[in-house]
Amino acid sequence: MNDIPKKNILSAQLDLSRFSDEAFVPATEDEKRQQDVMSESTTFFKDGMRKLFKNPLAVGSLVLLAVILITIIVAPMVVPYRYEEILSVNGKRDKGAKNLAPFTYSEMEQRYIDQGGERFPHIFGTDEQCRDYFIRVVYGTRISLFIGFFASIIVLIIGMLYGSISGYMGGRTDLIMMRIVDIIYSLPDMLMIILLKVVLDERLNFPPGSLLDRMGTSMVSLFIVFGLLYWVGMARLIRGQILSIKENEYVLAARSIGAKPGRIIRRHILPNCLSVIIISTALQIPSAIFTESFLSFIGIGVKAPMPSLGSLANAAREGLQSYPYKLVFPAIIICLIVLSLNLLGDGLRDAFDPKLKR
Amino acid sequence: MKSVDNREGSIIVAKYIIKRVLLAVVTVFIICAITFFLMHAVPGGPFNKEKALSEATIAALNARYNLDKPLVEQFLLYLKNLLHGDFGVSLKNGREIGAIIGESFPISARLGISAMIVALFFGTVFGSTAALMRNKLPDRLIVFFSTLFTAVPSFILATLLLLVFCIKLQWIQVWSANSQNYLLPIIALSAYPMAYITRLSKTSMLDALSQDYIRTARAKGVSKFKMIFKHALRNSLIPVITYAGPQIAYIITGSMVIETIFTIGGLGSKFVSAINNRDYTMIMATTIFLATLMVIANLICDLLYKAVDPRIKLD
Repeated sequence: MNDIPKKNILSAQLDLSRFSDEAFVPATEDEKRQQDVMSESTTFFKDGMRKLFKNPLAVGSLVLLAVILITIIVAPMVVPYRYEEILSVNGKRDKGAKNLAPFTYSEMEQRYIDQGGERFPHIFGTDEQCRDYFIRVVYGTRISLFIGFFASIIVLIIGMLYGSISGYMGGRTDLIMMRIVDIIYSLPDMLMIILLKVVLDERLNFPPGSLLDRMGTSMVSLFIVFGLLYWVGMARLIRGQILSIKENEYVLAARSIGAKPGRIIRRHILPNCLSVIIISTALQIPSAIFTESFLSFIGIGVKAPMPSLGSLANAAREGLQSYPYKLVFPAIIICLIVLSLNLLGDGLRDAFDPKLKR
Repeated sequence: MKSVDNREGSIIVAKYIIKRVLLAVVTVFIICAITFFLMHAVPGGPFNKEKALSEATIAALNARYNLDKPLVEQFLLYLKNLLHGDFGVSLKNGREIGAIIGESFPISARLGISAMIVALFFGTVFGSTAALMRNKLPDRLIVFFSTLFTAVPSFILATLLLLVFCIKLQWIQVWSANSQNYLLPIIALSAYPMAYITRLSKTSMLDALSQDYIRTARAKGVSKFKMIFKHALRNSLIPVITYAGPQIAYIITGSMVIETIFTIGGLGSKFVSAINNRDYTMIMATTIFLATLMVIANLICDLLYKAVDPRIKLD
């Protein structure tokens, strides 16, 4: 600092005449870059993803979910048993393979191995009907996740259509549509779900061999029930979003320079709703899994022999005293899935929607 | 001038209450209609049993239970009976459903109310503690456990508690009619609402603590104790009240599972066994009863919410 020429020792003014010519060299590229205060321009999506990946909880949940997904995809290819298969050795039914502890073999299997045969280990043991428990848990996880995911998609589609029509039309249409939503919203959802499920399980009939028939009536009625009752929350949310976004200045600005309604919806309204839609869909999945496991528990979930995590946990209550691990495995997996989906949803909300209250 | 304002205000409040009560009545009516017509959409009449009855007997039975009348008339008759407190007769054991509800509901109510009190009390205590000790160890622990417990379905928690404390450690007798211990059922039932209320009251406490009136109170030299209990806590409890309504619905459905696991003979476990036995009249009556209860609970919570906080506009 001291060698900078000043007009006066206490002054802040520089004496330009005392500067040598060497002082006036063009700045190097490096020095120029130091002056950059603008960060690189990013898109909304990229910025959100960057924030999401900075959140250790969200990343941990993503990794955990990925591990679970890979396991349930790969395991059925590796494990030579099927979920409804009653174990047999060389074509003979293995009656001793009942309620085996994890990584043990029945007498028949042990003899077979001693004779040089190969037998895939029962990682989680077997259940009371001599079925491999690991593959049942894997299929149960598949089914629970499948239900959670598709139920959320159904809820999303119905809610989005209904909410956006109601929000965009406004006026009388909006009033009537929202009254219907209010009525459905005031019904106690769980009781109505139980009731509908009981009736639909009895009433639904599909032509044998069709896709719906192979999914099973209990599964289809589950989707119908979710579709009938849970969309109202989503519809309200999306309507509210559209109503508030419609009033924004940038929409007015776009309209004033002559943008068409289609362009306004695509460029301005939809991208602004998107974060809320993604977040609430992500949070819908664990609640659907919760509901399914509850229904399975009270005996109106998916039908046997198809397992879901809830029905496996329910079945495990029978031999709780002797075989507690049969409860522990599905219980841990439900908790892990729901926990990581919850944390991921929270992470998504923090990353994509800073305005939304925690 | 002021008295006129008051009278106008009380008219608005009265109007609001009447509107909400009417809305609740309409909701209950809709629930009755949905329940009745859904249950009658189930194939097979109540007298289609394994034992073949003669045609004359079936006709007589149908006439006895008004099953020969048109469906709408049956519905009106059913409503009339409901208003007289007659819930009909269970299909499976022929008992009066009103009597079954009368003897099993008090057990459920006792369990549910205790669980609700536990959830509300500990939820606000934990939530406020976490907010006051923000980013310190107690806050971290409370956040960790409340996040964990919102991910555990109540039936899994209940079964695990049963396994650990009743079967493995044998600290607590398994619940039976002669050894009643509500400790584990209450823990299992209140865990989820407690976790939720903890999170909720933490945010609302943090919100309250950042308000101007807290700063004013501190500037005036109000003691910390008085500041927390008189100024912050009372304001932070308001959002918790709105949440208590939906929580009652959760507790009612949760008690079905908890009562089944702990073999408590309350209304919840009766409902689950009615579902498993396909006892349609029992399902119908219990649904209507529980749904009405939920609607009333929600109504009370809403009115209470408005009463507690005068800043809220009535709409």
